[in-house]
Amino acid sequence: MPNAAKGVRERLAGLALRMGTLDRRWIFLVMGLLVLYPLLFPLALPLQITPPVRGFADAMDQLKPGSTVLMSCDYDPGAIPELVPMTRTAFRQLLSQDCKVVVTVLWNGGPGLVDSVLREVAREFPDKHYGVDYVNLGYKAGNEAVMVLMGQGVANAFPRDYRGNNTRGLPMMREVGDYSTFALLVSVSAGYPGTKEWVQQVQARFHLPMVAGVTAVSAPEYYPYLQSGQLRGLLGGMAGAAEYEKARGESGTATRGMDAQSLGHIFVALCILGGNFVQWGRRRRGA
Amino acid sequence: MKRELPLFLTAVIGLFMILSFFVPHQWVSVPADFLQVSAIIVVAFGYVLGGANVLRVNIDAIYKRIPGWPFKLVLIVGLVATLTIGAIEGPGFLNPGTRSKWIYNQLYSPMQATMFALLAFFIASAAFRAFRIRTVEAGLLAVAALLVMLGRVPVGNVVTQWLTGSLHGVIPEGLWNAIQIGSIQDWIMNVPQNAAKRAILIGAAFGVMATGLRVILGIERSYLSGED
Repeated sequence: MPNAAKGVRERLAGLALRMGTLDRRWIFLVMGLLVLYPLLFPLALPLQITPPVRGFADAMDQLKPGSTVLMSCDYDPGAIPELVPMTRTAFRQLLSQDCKVVVTVLWNGGPGLVDSVLREVAREFPDKHYGVDYVNLGYKAGNEAVMVLMGQGVANAFPRDYRGNNTRGLPMMREVGDYSTFALLVSVSAGYPGTKEWVQQVQARFHLPMVAGVTAVSAPEYYPYLQSGQLRGLLGGMAGAAEYEKARGESGTATRGMDAQSLGHIFVALCILGGNFVQWGRRRRGA
Repeated sequence: MKRELPLFLTAVIGLFMILSFFVPHQWVSVPADFLQVSAIIVVAFGYVLGGANVLRVNIDAIYKRIPGWPFKLVLIVGLVATLTIGAIEGPGFLNPGTRSKWIYNQLYSPMQATMFALLAFFIASAAFRAFRIRTVEAGLLAVAALLVMLGRVPVGNVVTQWLTGSLHGVIPEGLWNAIQIGSIQDWIMNVPQNAAKRAILIGAAFGVMATGLRVILGIERSYLSGED
């Protein structure tokens, strides 16, 4: 019997050694297929709304019609799959609740992308007008300095909007002063400058209620702010965006992407286990 | 004087900006606002300086035909073309229908998205080739990584619900919920991860304060011509 077990282990070690010579292009191919398949043939895996996402949706739901909301979209095209769906859903919710939205961008690669998203969503609301119901102030260099300067007056920091209009001349901006104007700050960010800086420079200083949507890789960084109550809700990556879509009764690109991400995560987990199986085989054979 | 003046200005302005955080009086807040605006202008000039530096370094490399010079040529052509088209189109250069918008949508955006999309392939390959469990700590990291990775996606809950389905109704509801991978993932994120992250944040904040004080007091001088 011990000889039989030893034989099995030897065969497994041989298999592990053969796996160790696997061309990595096979890994690329399998990953590509696993991402592609559910995008073509959705699996419709059930989503559960987690407490951070529930907090985000609740904070948005509680806004009164006519409230002015500051939405800072601090990302660039690298974060499209994760952050554009949450930007789209959040902006759609704000317009549908008759909130006034002021949008800023602190990443120089982001203004064109954010403007496209805003225009796309705004087309769904023919009764909402630029400059009256929402305004895109565009990009401003300066990172934290811009955040602090906005505390002295938003129009001071952004004398012209993204479209080149005089900010103070826009009907909506006549009622926008400093941070005390806003009922909520929605930070959608992919890194620096982003949610962390908005918490440190604005939420902590001006006590502005705040929610955030961030990339999955950076989400752990914001859990302390969530637990302290400085963030009322948090959307982490595509999963957070998909849960938010579910909370809103929508089925957008994040929901569709979650099937692909599910299979991708399973494959990476199998790669970790497979890699260590190879290591075990090598140790056993002394290779 | 060449060294003393920047040190003096740094100390005075640094202390003044700290003061402005606590004193809202206009004698303090108005000059502080001016300094904030000045900082933004300086940052904007930084882009000009950065652009000029890119041109200088890369044109020099192309002239000397160093290895990889064709890539630098592509960089220069891209930079000059984008800048020129943007300058010609003037304000509103990123409005729909402009050439700058076309460059942004058709070149810049897909290229950057592609770079990030490649991560999925390289992470899978790296997980297979490099994520080796050789110590207890590495084992803990691997277990936490697997639980969080699977707990963050819907398929994780589907699998654990299927695996523990026979226990539903047999064991208390709270216990059954607790052994679902989504709940385990939540616990890892909210308790051990959060505690470690908070400790790192506090440590980093102390580090920032110490570095700030060193700069203001003139102890840290590395920003002056590379001096330590």
